[in-house]
Amino acid sequence: MRYDFSFPRLSPRFIPVWRRNFLVWKKLAGASILGNIADPMIALVAFGYGLGSLMPQVEGVPYIQFLAAGTICMSAMNAATFEAMYSAFSRMHVQRTWDGIMNAPVDLDDVMLGELIWAATKSCMSGAAIMLVVWLLGLANGALSLLILPVILLTGLAFAGLGLIINAFARGYDFFQYYFTLVITPMAFVSGVFFPAAQLPSWLQVCAQALPLTHAIELARPLLLGHAPATPLLNIAVLLAYALAGAYVATVVTRRRLLA
Amino acid sequence: MSNAATPVREAATQVTLASTVTHSAVFSITGLRKSYGGQQVVAGLDLRVERGTCFGILGPNGAGKTTTLKLSLGLIQPDAGTIEVLGHAVPADARIARQRVGVVPQMDNLDPDFTVAENLLVYGRYFGLSDAAARSRIPALLEFANLTAKADARIQTLSGGMKRRLTLARALVNDPDLIILDEPTTGLDPQARHMIWERLRQLVAQGKTLILTTHFMEEAERLCTRLAVIDHGKKIAEGSPRELIGRHIEPEVVEVYGDGVEAWADARAQSLSERVEKSGETVFCYTHDATGLVNDLAHHATLRCLRRPANLEDVFIKLTGRELRD
Repeated sequence: MRYDFSFPRLSPRFIPVWRRNFLVWKKLAGASILGNIADPMIALVAFGYGLGSLMPQVEGVPYIQFLAAGTICMSAMNAATFEAMYSAFSRMHVQRTWDGIMNAPVDLDDVMLGELIWAATKSCMSGAAIMLVVWLLGLANGALSLLILPVILLTGLAFAGLGLIINAFARGYDFFQYYFTLVITPMAFVSGVFFPAAQLPSWLQVCAQALPLTHAIELARPLLLGHAPATPLLNIAVLLAYALAGAYVATVVTRRRLLA
Repeated sequence: MSNAATPVREAATQVTLASTVTHSAVFSITGLRKSYGGQQVVAGLDLRVERGTCFGILGPNGAGKTTTLKLSLGLIQPDAGTIEVLGHAVPADARIARQRVGVVPQMDNLDPDFTVAENLLVYGRYFGLSDAAARSRIPALLEFANLTAKADARIQTLSGGMKRRLTLARALVNDPDLIILDEPTTGLDPQARHMIWERLRQLVAQGKTLILTTHFMEEAERLCTRLAVIDHGKKIAEGSPRELIGRHIEPEVVEVYGDGVEAWADARAQSLSERVEKSGETVFCYTHDATGLVNDLAHHATLRCLRRPANLEDVFIKLTGRELRD
């Protein structure tokens, strides 16, 4: 069938969809917390202190402090991506949960909005938990670092939309491996999570400027260290553009998959 | 000759239908069409369901039953035709219509991470019910589904019959006026099937309207007030089970099988019955009076036979053919 390009209808009907996912999470929180939070935290501490002890300061701060903002953004990216692909695919295709929901007076647009906000919620949960540890370790400076929380939310929304687009084309779980290997993992390396993007060849730096994770980190890193980002409006605009365009495209392609 | 006569007869049927309809239709579709990749799945379908009845849609696999139901719920867009559900135009006002509709899908899609009661609570929220309102409905729903003792059980621990009953209870969480069931007893053992049938009859007795698809003729014959047989996306017959049997088929059937059945069929069956059909190793003889047939068969020691009244399955096979559908 033809594509339905109409703007997604926004309604509070997404709330019971979000609450359904939240209830599942509450019941299975143990495993979820372990995967989403413990994993990046171990990497932060191991690399931060272990590798950090071998090198001089990076951009004027100890390596672990440099790495903290990157880790927070990367875990926000991973949490939303995982939720919008593997978990959403289970609900859409394997368990047919969405079919059940859409037999009630809830439309696909509502389901999509619920999934989008839920995936961003997962980003916030894992990002905020790592943030808490960063504070406890004394790696964050001042009240400005609190502004990382809205950055995490925006990052989550951007990657949730992208993940839901991939989800709409998936025939099985294996399909998602392509996206992780070809998009997510390289993005983590060129966006300045582990080392300053300035180390990259200049053409790659230009490419990196088009990636959402770069802009998330350009916001989060200075905020964590207690000073203002250099180009906050540009960074916010890029993340917002990814979030809005991602949500729109995801809705259009999922409509085509399910409502044909 | 017969080609020219067909439209006239169809037109006549439609006039009769139009003159007998009352204002109490809760569901109607007219001229419904839907194609996938150039193939017509629903090819000009008209159906009308009266309030408080159980309406059966019968058809072989691939006849267009499930697509018709999805179109009726506004989940997919029709290519042509009109759909009205509980006074609302579908798909334009499908969401408003679904507020008063319950759906039992063909494949169970209960939430495996939730208990029985949680499934009902979460589903009630999709209809805008507050948690308190949804919770207050759960005990009666569990009792109806005979699952009271299982309220806190996980879905994986339920039998197939229990899951179906829970799916039915879930479809009632919004106290719907119309319940749409897509093959509600497929895959169930006879005991579980009878329990579902009993519950469905209770719902009709309460004044609910049911639309169900099935290819179990016994199910259709026992439950449905009225039936439509559809094939290749078109309606090929409609009426009450008794009417369909009376109109389309001879009242008595003799099934004959055993060594030499072919020879007997060629020599004797045609003259002793109105219609003869062969399927695999069995010969089906349709007739108004089987006495002559049975007397003749008494002289053939190698042949075995079963004499029975014609049923809906005979009608179904006559209308849709004996070839296998996949």
